Amino acid sequence: MKLGSRKTSIVTASTLDNAFKRRSFLVAAGMGGIATLLATRMGYIAIAENERYELESESNRVNLSLIPPRRGWILDRNGAPLASNRADFRVDVIPDQLADVSGTLTALGRILRLDEASMADVTKRVEEAAGFQPVEVASGLDYEDFAAVSVRLPDLPGVVPQRGFSRHYPTGPAVGHLIGYVGPANAEEYEEEGNPLLITPGFKIGKDALERQFEQDLRGVPGARRVEVTASGRIVQELETREDVQGDPVRLTIDGPLQDYAARRIGLESGSCVVMDCENGDILCMSSMPSFDPNSFSQGIGRVEYAMLRDDDRVPLRNKVLKGLYPPGSTVKPMHCMAFLKAGIDPNRTITCGGGVRIGNRFFNCWGNHGQVDMAKGIYQSCDSYFYRMALEVGFDKVADFAKSIGMGKQFDLPVISQFYGTVPSPAWLEKKYDRQWQAYDTANASIGQGYYLANPLQLAVMTARLATGRHLYPRLTRSNKSTGADQIDFPEDHVAYVRQAMSDVVNGPGTAGRGRLPFDDILMAGKTGTAQVVSLSKSDGKSGPWKYRDHGLFVFFAPFDKPKYAGAVVIEHGGGSGAAYPIARDVMTFMFDPQKGMDALRALEEQWGGTAQERLTRKYIAYATAAGEAVPPAPSRDEEIFDLVEAEARVAARQSEAIADTVITPRDEANPSSDAPPPDSVVAPGTAAAPQAAAPDAPSPAPATAGTPRPQ
Amino acid sequence: MSVIPAPVARQPWAMLFPLFILIGFGGLVLYSAAGGSLDPYAGSHLLRFGVFLVMAIILALFPPDLAKLAAYPIYVVLLILLVIVEAIGFVGGGSQRWLNLGFMQLQPSELMKPALVLVLARFYSDLPVGMIGTWRAVVPAGILIGLPIMLVLAQPDLGTSLAIAFGGGVVMFLAGLPMRWFVMGGAAAAVIAPLAFFFGLQPYQQRRVFTFLDPENDPLGDGYHITQSKIAIGSGGFSGKGFNEGTQSHLHYLPEPHTDFIFATMAEEWGFVGGVVVIGCFALILYWALSVARNSNDRFGKLLAAGMAATIFFYVSINLMMVMGLAPVVGIPLPFMSHGGSSMMTNMVCIGTLMMVYRWNRLQGRKGTLG
Repeated sequence: MKLGSRKTSIVTASTLDNAFKRRSFLVAAGMGGIATLLATRMGYIAIAENERYELESESNRVNLSLIPPRRGWILDRNGAPLASNRADFRVDVIPDQLADVSGTLTALGRILRLDEASMADVTKRVEEAAGFQPVEVASGLDYEDFAAVSVRLPDLPGVVPQRGFSRHYPTGPAVGHLIGYVGPANAEEYEEEGNPLLITPGFKIGKDALERQFEQDLRGVPGARRVEVTASGRIVQELETREDVQGDPVRLTIDGPLQDYAARRIGLESGSCVVMDCENGDILCMSSMPSFDPNSFSQGIGRVEYAMLRDDDRVPLRNKVLKGLYPPGSTVKPMHCMAFLKAGIDPNRTITCGGGVRIGNRFFNCWGNHGQVDMAKGIYQSCDSYFYRMALEVGFDKVADFAKSIGMGKQFDLPVISQFYGTVPSPAWLEKKYDRQWQAYDTANASIGQGYYLANPLQLAVMTARLATGRHLYPRLTRSNKSTGADQIDFPEDHVAYVRQAMSDVVNGPGTAGRGRLPFDDILMAGKTGTAQVVSLSKSDGKSGPWKYRDHGLFVFFAPFDKPKYAGAVVIEHGGGSGAAYPIARDVMTFMFDPQKGMDALRALEEQWGGTAQERLTRKYIAYATAAGEAVPPAPSRDEEIFDLVEAEARVAARQSEAIADTVITPRDEANPSSDAPPPDSVVAPGTAAAPQAAAPDAPSPAPATAGTPRPQ
Repeated sequence: MSVIPAPVARQPWAMLFPLFILIGFGGLVLYSAAGGSLDPYAGSHLLRFGVFLVMAIILALFPPDLAKLAAYPIYVVLLILLVIVEAIGFVGGGSQRWLNLGFMQLQPSELMKPALVLVLARFYSDLPVGMIGTWRAVVPAGILIGLPIMLVLAQPDLGTSLAIAFGGGVVMFLAGLPMRWFVMGGAAAAVIAPLAFFFGLQPYQQRRVFTFLDPENDPLGDGYHITQSKIAIGSGGFSGKGFNEGTQSHLHYLPEPHTDFIFATMAEEWGFVGGVVVIGCFALILYWALSVARNSNDRFGKLLAAGMAATIFFYVSINLMMVMGLAPVVGIPLPFMSHGGSSMMTNMVCIGTLMMVYRWNRLQGRKGTLG
């Protein structure tokens, strides 16, 4: 009988007793079941999942903090630091651990006296950071500020004040483009590498140029500190500490003082200077100005600074040595002569320049009227007619092949993030690129380095070094690489000697760069001027008017001319002609042979300009920040976006001259041939180049170019 | 025959041995939880046990008549105390669960658990056998259970009210009420529980339930207790980290290492072995308690002993399920191990009552009938 199943069923004491027995057994069974369940659960947690929980217990107990490694130094060829480390105090925040984001940041801003713009930058970075990523609030603090933050730590969870090292670039803007800068790793970089070091407060990775290229060498091995901590974060005991291992130094071929000198000498202009060692291809300097101060980028690029750099039409963010492409203009003429020599042209053969030459039924203008012109005169007087004629005779595809073999249109095996390679126009290239037949005027344009011709300053320097030595030198940027090419002879001795002499005459003889003479009796510099047109004559005469439309000034050089030790190139964007470029080359070479003399010349100039490049940049920043106030829009949060923008703009800029590549160039005055010319950096007025040259008795005085002469089509 | 004197030999050693092991073990764990010191936990734990053991032994001497006589008065007094506690809390502007008696803090809701079992046992033993299937078996008992539960819920103390309900429910079940009422009751509870959950529980209690269902969702907030407790138990492994070597408790990762989470503290240092010993001891004690109930010839004794066993069981099972992540965090300590006077008192009252029934059984066995 089932208990209580029917009301009618008779309930007695014994049925209740039985019910109690059954039901208490049920209860006991339930209890036993629970006990078994608990024991099983315990076994599961403690034995089956033991490993996992043991790990979690350890990670509770032990706090492993990485000590960011000191970054390896970047040294110049003599072992002087171009990038070193400075001990400093810094403050980071870890967004995930902030209890009250805006409150904490406001408190920090007050303690550290941060201005509005940097507060806005910090706030934006905190908002965009991935939470676990530390965000730098300030670095380079003095001890008082550091201590002020440290004592308030209990009220500021997530704030990490630290004593550490920060990157220091002693010459600041002079090495900005060459070396790049460091900054905190972004979320993608951390995801890619998965290394917890990347999200350690105070750790920076190379963001650009050499700092990025040699990241793994420079990084070093982080130190570590293992401490036992309580739940509230109090340190119970230090378990062990491992010192960091500093990153390896990277030794460059760069000559630090020269790099700095060249950068400063470029002055107010926008341009670049490359100098190579003719014995081994070492790049001694590759300065590009104006530039940015890599010291100020290490927290991330601030909005004011970024806005200032963006607004500058001299594009301080572009490395003009590698990403500036310019029509090489007349600087390719000595190289073309070498090509003619190779093709069997007799250097003594003369042509007649009558302010140009007639080829077929068309007349091609020369910048002057040079009369009888042989190869040497073609170089030192930069006679365009000679090159029109000879290039047509030899055929430009041969010249183009030669140009490529000497390094034009080539990328070099260098530890750089990217380099533009420019263009050496040739019939095949034109056909492929623009689907059009090569015309005689293409040859004419290309023969004087115009038209589609594009080169970067590094290529010009390599070209010059190879011309000057006759050897196939390869540029080299780090001392650890082997220098190559010095034993590979490209050109016969007599050809080299001939070109050297003609290029020396450009400076020291009856040439176009009389003011380029070095102030030494025994050391002569050889060179070649170049003026590259970027817009048509109808837009600008190339020397005045809007800066953007002025001609580029170029100069390639080597010294001493008879036994070349150094070769290089200077390109001044929109300098109004080569007159803007070769005085810089002269002073740079002067500095190489006599630093004192070089510095004296520079100091006089810097007095006019208002201080060194770094001083001017600092002043400009303060002025800009004051003027712009709070209305500055934030900088892109990813540096890569900035790089992409800069690169895209550089590509656009490089195509500026393309617009006139399809028309016949009317060559510009080739600098000022006389040695008693106006002071450096004054824009050469049209017509002054027509001054008679005593040094060139064998040639008629070059006449002013007839600007705007309509050409028969 | 034996060298052991009779008064010692007749004590319920089947229960006392595991009990002493638990108490001693609890003392060791508390010693470690205090960072290797008798103060402030282990010493008072052992002292309290001594005091309450004497109380239990005295309790065990009560005859059945006295126990029956005292059932209703005790219940009413405690009910009044609960009301007073509530009133003090109301006047004081906050929730209060205890009365300060000067020498100790009395928590009436704790004592209500054994008292309710006592009063229900009395009620059902008095109830004429024929009425067991009628409303008269349920309604008075329901009121007896419902009043204290309402008062305790108002404190609010969900854990204790559940314990009271569980003890009362088990007594009703064993009293032989028709099975279908429990089925219907269970069905009704299944309907009411969700409603009660959303409208009856405080937000913090609701959160605890959610956290229990998904502790990893909020490892630094509400899930912290469960997560840390599981880490402590799991990191102990088979044989533990060793006495006084527990890092979870010593470095304060484990919350309440000496009260609610003492099992985790123990398991971290003693491992699975320690856990099995503890669970085994409780199993032995409860087995003994249920056999006391079954051996009683008297309906009052049966229900009283079984209800006490259920009360202890509820403490143990909920606490262990909680620390192992099988139940939400409710503030229920582990009997005989956790540091705390109230729970020690309640559980020793249960033990004393069981010893009392054990003594009745023994006397009955000798005399044939009980006075």
